[in-house]
Amino acid sequence: MVNLVLGGALLLMMLGLASVVLAGRAGASKIVYGASALLSALVAVVGLVFLLSLAPSSTLILPIGLPWIGAHFRLDALAAFFVIVVGFGSAIISIYSIGYGRHEAEPWRVLPFYPSFIGAMLLVVIADDAFTFLLSWEVMSLLSWALVLAHHREQAVRSASLVYLIMAAMGTMALILAFGLLAGPVGGYDFDHMRSVAESPLLGAIVVILMLVGAGSKAGIVPLHVWLPQAHPAAPSQVSAMMSGIMTKVAIYGFIRVTFDLLGGAAWWMPEIVLAVGAVTAVMGVLYALMQHDLKRLLAYHTVENIGIIFIGLGLAMAFRHYDMNAAAALAMVAALFHILNHSVFKSLLFLGAGAVQNATGSRDMEEMGGLIHRMPVTSVVFLVGSIAISALPPFNGFVSEWLTFQAILLSPDLPDWGLRILTPGVGGMLALAAALAAACFVKVYGVVFLGRARSSQAKTAQEVDRWSLAAMAVLAVVCLLAGIFPGFVIDALSPVSHALVQSSMPVQTTDPWLTITPVASGRSSYNGLLVLLFIAGSASFAAWAIHRFASRGLRRAPAWDCGFVLDAPNTQYGAASFAQPIRRTFGTAVFRVVEHVSMPRPGSTAPAKFRVTMRDPVWDGFFVRIGGGVGWLADKANRLQFLTIRKYLSVVFTLLVLLLLVLTLWN
Amino acid sequence: MELIFNLLVQGLQMFLVVAIAPLVAGVTHRMRARLLRKKGASIWQPYRDLLRLMRKEVVLAENASWLFRAVPYLVFAATWVAAALIPTFATGLQFSWSADLIAIVALLGSARFFLALAGMDVGTPFGGLGSSREMMIAALAEPAMMLTVFSLALLAGSTQLSTVVEYLAGPGVGLRVSLGMALVALVIVALAENARIPVDNPSTHLELTMVHEAMVLEYSGRHLAMIELAAALKLVLYLSLIAALFVPFGIAAPGQGVGPHLLGLLYYLVKMLVGAVALATFELSIAKMRVFRIPELLGAALMLSLLGTLLLFVSRSL
Repeated sequence: MVNLVLGGALLLMMLGLASVVLAGRAGASKIVYGASALLSALVAVVGLVFLLSLAPSSTLILPIGLPWIGAHFRLDALAAFFVIVVGFGSAIISIYSIGYGRHEAEPWRVLPFYPSFIGAMLLVVIADDAFTFLLSWEVMSLLSWALVLAHHREQAVRSASLVYLIMAAMGTMALILAFGLLAGPVGGYDFDHMRSVAESPLLGAIVVILMLVGAGSKAGIVPLHVWLPQAHPAAPSQVSAMMSGIMTKVAIYGFIRVTFDLLGGAAWWMPEIVLAVGAVTAVMGVLYALMQHDLKRLLAYHTVENIGIIFIGLGLAMAFRHYDMNAAAALAMVAALFHILNHSVFKSLLFLGAGAVQNATGSRDMEEMGGLIHRMPVTSVVFLVGSIAISALPPFNGFVSEWLTFQAILLSPDLPDWGLRILTPGVGGMLALAAALAAACFVKVYGVVFLGRARSSQAKTAQEVDRWSLAAMAVLAVVCLLAGIFPGFVIDALSPVSHALVQSSMPVQTTDPWLTITPVASGRSSYNGLLVLLFIAGSASFAAWAIHRFASRGLRRAPAWDCGFVLDAPNTQYGAASFAQPIRRTFGTAVFRVVEHVSMPRPGSTAPAKFRVTMRDPVWDGFFVRIGGGVGWLADKANRLQFLTIRKYLSVVFTLLVLLLLVLTLWN
Repeated sequence: MELIFNLLVQGLQMFLVVAIAPLVAGVTHRMRARLLRKKGASIWQPYRDLLRLMRKEVVLAENASWLFRAVPYLVFAATWVAAALIPTFATGLQFSWSADLIAIVALLGSARFFLALAGMDVGTPFGGLGSSREMMIAALAEPAMMLTVFSLALLAGSTQLSTVVEYLAGPGVGLRVSLGMALVALVIVALAENARIPVDNPSTHLELTMVHEAMVLEYSGRHLAMIELAAALKLVLYLSLIAALFVPFGIAAPGQGVGPHLLGLLYYLVKMLVGAVALATFELSIAKMRVFRIPELLGAALMLSLLGTLLLFVSRSL
């Protein structure tokens, strides 16, 4: 079945080539996006059939690529799961784009890259040797870079894409080194060979760290996330959805493939690093998000947060696997995989909604929106669903995966390692903090964008988006609900994946009465989203019915009360910055060194009072600016190498060659 | 037979919490008034208030959306479902497996999420102020609550509330450091979540420090009744939770007959009475905090609950 996925990926790439010719014509975007939707959906169906039929992994070797390796492709449970994530997400986003793509001023800057980008992501997922993997990875990076540059006339877009390009290059370099270590001195670059070799713990640890840098920078872990909130919002909205919702997942696929599948074992302290990175990423991501007032940038920072949550699950799975606690490892793994699926769904939904809002109001600045619930009734409902889901509130899907992660954390006191036992309660607290802050952040987003009064004339006259876009967002919202109330089916479908990665799977869920999920044992913990939904719906309708029937149904519209006096100016409402002010004061002073400057004019003066907030980005200022300085210093020093004599050059080359040969001999 | 009995217990307790919620609020009010040497309103006053509000017509702000009208019912329903899953006088609740303690915390989170959204809906400064401060308080209170849940879950080996309560009611728990820390943290969280002094003042409408009342300022009529009832229900929920976890004596175990259940009911009512009186006394003996001092209080709760959990990670016997 791998040939079907490969065929789909290649067809998508050819569609990209074809649209180079097509793109200028009228109606081209409909054809290209429609065909992308169809192909991605077919590929997703292949993945789903493969995963559910529990078929043995299917492989294919093509005589292209490096001469003595060839190009290996393989579809196993893990790859199939990610094929579903990529295929389903791309299909829905493409349907959205059929309508949304009409607004593109220069479609030829988007259309050729869009389907090829989907194809490249699929190739990464099914690649089965290092060369094919890295090549597809680079193609994926470059195509997404080209898509980020679609609106290249804006200065912010150009600088964002430059940062992205540098980070992507650095990430790939880390990946090349990681695969080089895995291939060993004999240079076995196909994954089968890497699986069969058991690395020493130290080597394994180095590989994991390189993967954290390589795949983690693409996924957006702190402190390597800096490019993500610049590049994701700069792209057209459907591409932002694709990069945030799907490409970050492909990056996580790379991490899982190497650390859980290819790597024999890593040092005992590796899970602690992954856990700490995940927890810091989750909290920092949401704190950054709270400080934003650009809607898409805020969503991009939430991607960082959710990547952190996924890495917490992965870190727990590594820890449990290291100490042979297989059932717990399966729980943590399934929690991470479930969150990967959930995040790809609700983050795509939110970005598509943000695109709709941007289209309707002509702005990404939340301070210019407001009251859109009256102007965009359908978008406001689906965006609400996405907001509830990402805030991890029942009965939607985001809650289920975070609940599973909490359950995995509660199993960690049984770990024999003291470091982990002291770390995990803190990680649990940070996860809870991130979830609570995410809820605060989405009250801010929804309250400022959709509720209240319009803050600009565009927001006042906004129009609902087209039907294709609405249909696509509605499908994603329904999936959010279904995965939240029938989580048992998802967990059961994931069991072959967790079995392949941690050699055990969670107990079968769908046989439980009322589709309750019980991750460990029935007396220990259980959750039933369906019943919770029914209870809430039942008691809410009962209360509404009883009151309307027996008490009163009278209703009168009147001006808002607000203790007797409402100013007409819409900027007297709470906006994005003012909503975040209490949290900015509580957390921001420590993390972002927030200073609020108030300049009060003297009494009697007619000058306005001024309020200004300064904030510093601890990662950018504390880490990247310094690294940039270091690179500059090094470049100055290395400049001397440019003016050597030919003898000196030859001796440098010779020394280096000897050194490399020495290393190779020692390694062997 | 046991199924029917459990269903009966579940149904009874579901209506019990709603029925006594205004009473608990009434007792607290009355007690506060008495301690201030005032006469105070009757303890039945909240019922009358609710009835009056329900019968009045709703005065809706002109630009209020459908969300504003749906939220009171959603908030009430989510709080009610959460309250119905807390063991009050018996642990044999038929539906306790449908949501564990983590899910109950999240259900309350959903209720808060919707209420905060409603505060933003009309677009008045007071509503936004309330929502923004409520979410800031929740951002600290919820992790503290979650870590308290962790300590209890680690002790009992389950996040299932009925199982936890049965374990705590049974022998062999004794005095534990971690439980003490969890209790202090939970009390602080309960005060913050229920908008009580020192975090918020429930008896004021026109003060810049108010949080909850500012958020629901635009509500009137039956909508306000629902929100008031939900607030009273939430108070009962937290009192019941503290009672069930830390003073679980008298609570009837599943399989026991009618007698122990009636006795449990009696105990429960007494516990609620004591809780309401204690709350009123505490509120009168302490001053309201400035808004930006609240994070310090909640941070203390967070640290205490983290420490409690950490102790249990180190050793199950602490």
